[in-house]
Amino acid sequence: MASASQLASSLSPSASPQLAKRAELSAIDASTKLPALFFFGSAVLWLIVGTLFALIASFKMHTPTFLGDYEWLTFGRVRTAHLNAVIYGWSVNASFGVAFWLMARLSRAELRHSGMLLIASAFWNVGVTLGIYGILTGDSTSIEWLEFPSYATPLLFFAYALVGAWTVITFRFGRSKHIYVSQWYILAALFWFPWLYSVAQIMLIFSPARGTVQSLVNWWFAHNVLGLWFTPIGLGAVYYFLPKVLGKPIHSYYLSVLGFWSLAIFYNWAGVHHLIGGPVPIWVQTAGITASFMMVIPVIVTAINHHLTMIGNFSKLKYSPTLRFIVFGAVAYTFTSLQGSSMSIRSWSEVTHFTQYTIGHSHAGMYAFFSMVMFGSIYYILPRILLKEWPSAKLISLHFWSTALGVIFMVLALSIAGVKQGIDLNTLPVGADGHTGSPVPFLEIVKNTIPWLKLRSYAGILMTIGHVAFAINFVWMLLKARPAGVTAPTLFRDVPELEVSR
Amino acid sequence: MNRAPLIFLGIFFAIAFSWTGIILTNQISYGSLTPYVNADDGKAYPQSVPGDAARGKLVYQDLGCIYCHTQQVRQPGFGIDIERGWGERGSVARDYIRESRVFLGTMRTGPDLRNVGTRFAGQGGREWHIKHFYDPTITSAGSIMAPYRFLFETKAIIGDASPKAVQSLLPENHQPVAGSEIVLKQRGEDLIAYMLSLKDPELYPEEATKVYVPKAEPAKTEHGAHGAESNKEAAK
Ligand code: HEC
Repeated sequence: MASASQLASSLSPSASPQLAKRAELSAIDASTKLPALFFFGSAVLWLIVGTLFALIASFKMHTPTFLGDYEWLTFGRVRTAHLNAVIYGWSVNASFGVAFWLMARLSRAELRHSGMLLIASAFWNVGVTLGIYGILTGDSTSIEWLEFPSYATPLLFFAYALVGAWTVITFRFGRSKHIYVSQWYILAALFWFPWLYSVAQIMLIFSPARGTVQSLVNWWFAHNVLGLWFTPIGLGAVYYFLPKVLGKPIHSYYLSVLGFWSLAIFYNWAGVHHLIGGPVPIWVQTAGITASFMMVIPVIVTAINHHLTMIGNFSKLKYSPTLRFIVFGAVAYTFTSLQGSSMSIRSWSEVTHFTQYTIGHSHAGMYAFFSMVMFGSIYYILPRILLKEWPSAKLISLHFWSTALGVIFMVLALSIAGVKQGIDLNTLPVGADGHTGSPVPFLEIVKNTIPWLKLRSYAGILMTIGHVAFAINFVWMLLKARPAGVTAPTLFRDVPELEVSR
Repeated sequence: MNRAPLIFLGIFFAIAFSWTGIILTNQISYGSLTPYVNADDGKAYPQSVPGDAARGKLVYQDLGCIYCHTQQVRQPGFGIDIERGWGERGSVARDYIRESRVFLGTMRTGPDLRNVGTRFAGQGGREWHIKHFYDPTITSAGSIMAPYRFLFETKAIIGDASPKAVQSLLPENHQPVAGSEIVLKQRGEDLIAYMLSLKDPELYPEEATKVYVPKAEPAKTEHGAHGAESNKEAAK
């Protein structure tokens, strides 16, 4: 590569900076190839496994006798296996790959000793496998988001430390003088996660705090995994790919800095909104509500920045798969975050908390935002490290439409079910004559949710189709022979000349 | 210009701030709450749970009941938990201080279980749970609670029938073939012991002055019953 660029620059000096930059990028991409493939490959595998668990759990919710006699597949276990497979299996594996790939590119540093990252990946995936196995066989801790039994956690911790260290080292030895906002996000996430994880392990498992202090630790951890790990990685990716694919700079540098710091300050405190009305001190609930509200600032700032970058370029959505997924994710981020802030209002929390509405909200966040951004990122990164293109644009299109529609239906179904459920659970009905009646019988509330739970299952089937399309394309791409000569990115359709020159 | 150290400092400060505020402060302020010793009976409340119930809690943990059930009663005026009969009062922090793992829960696909031991108690309660765990629709038509039939075993009767056999409680369609019987496994016994043990004591004096708002007048309930009647009337 290097010699080719030297040759090129000696032939045509004017083209040299461009070419040299290309060559440098290729060398950096090449250095990340094996570990990135390993992380993305395992991510896709966990996505499929996690989706299967999800389907089983979802069917059980309206048809409890479905696989009802298998202890290891009982609802409480399979639902937990689903959550942990898609969070620690799919999402974290994908975010590792995206994080160090982005870091290497943005820091202009080749990944050194990438074998260490392969070891990390092996440890991480063995840890997740052990953890899921533990949950299915009855060793779950039943602490939400920390269900993995304690024999899995040291492996995860070790793997995490390796990935974190390697990414920071890559940053440290980079040639780039400037620190781009995506790097801020990734560095912060890498630092925040181990702190969260160690405090949670110590105060919940090794030496549990007394009483409901545990619940505070639990939700400080669980909500911050979203806010201080997945959100920064997701936003970091949006901040990189959006301008990259559009070929124009991000709308405003200052807004991105403001967005970053306000997120760092406010998100931290927001987790307590999971305990509104619960047996924890009122002042800390109020602090959580306030912080959740202040989250409107980083969200709006980031939204303005993303959407103003995008404006005037919507026609490009027709062509670029990466852009389509990323833009969907960015819009979902704005929606979910505002929804989340509203859910912390005491009277709205009174209705929506403890219901399917919350489940809908978490899918809006982890799926419609985060997972869609990861899909988009993988569609961009893989061709660069494999030097070949996605075999089928049709499969990408199928992936996009079935997951996009699927998650929209799912969130809608759960939200409607949840609001109805929450109102019936928490308010006394008022009769036609103005008298308040007695509470709606519990079994009637159960009955009312069932049609929506079925709709959720159908939405889940739609998303499964998308995941299978993605997995097929992924494997097919790995097996496909590399074409000779230059490759062009896979687009949904041929771009008219005009679009390119613009 | 290398701003990395500055950025790092800010990142560190952000999380240190929330950790200090949410966790450290609360750990200091109520992380060492102690039980309340009642001068009349000399007992310390909340009381510790007996061994079989403690084992049952582990069964509750490993089967993941927490994903459908909460264990926290909302305060009066916030939701209608008390009107639903889920407790006499809202839950307070002191209720949980003996629990090595707190299962507040976040989901109410099923009812709150904090005081389920008062709703189903004694032998009658035990039998209700047996039927309910075997197949929730026996006691609760239309329930979507998971069945826990694997907490039972069906085995051939050898010699005398077991005194612990439970099939007599089950309806026709769940009867085992002749010559065999259904018994509850030890895990099932423990889980039921845990269910029967779940109830919070009456209020501790300190909390009484701070968070407890007296229940609405009994007249309200009559009112409620009347409302229900008129609803039925309207439905007709
Ligand atoms: C899929 C969700 C789900 C799971 C998992 C679940 N339950 Fe339930 N549970 C329900 C629903 C819905 C009801 C209300 C209808 C009924 O009585 O079955 C209920 C009712 C109950 C009741 C009766 C409460 C009352 O006041 O009427 C008890 C006791 C109970 N569950 C215990 C458990 C235990 C113990 C576990 C774990 C082994 C468990 N449940 C797991 C959904 C669930």
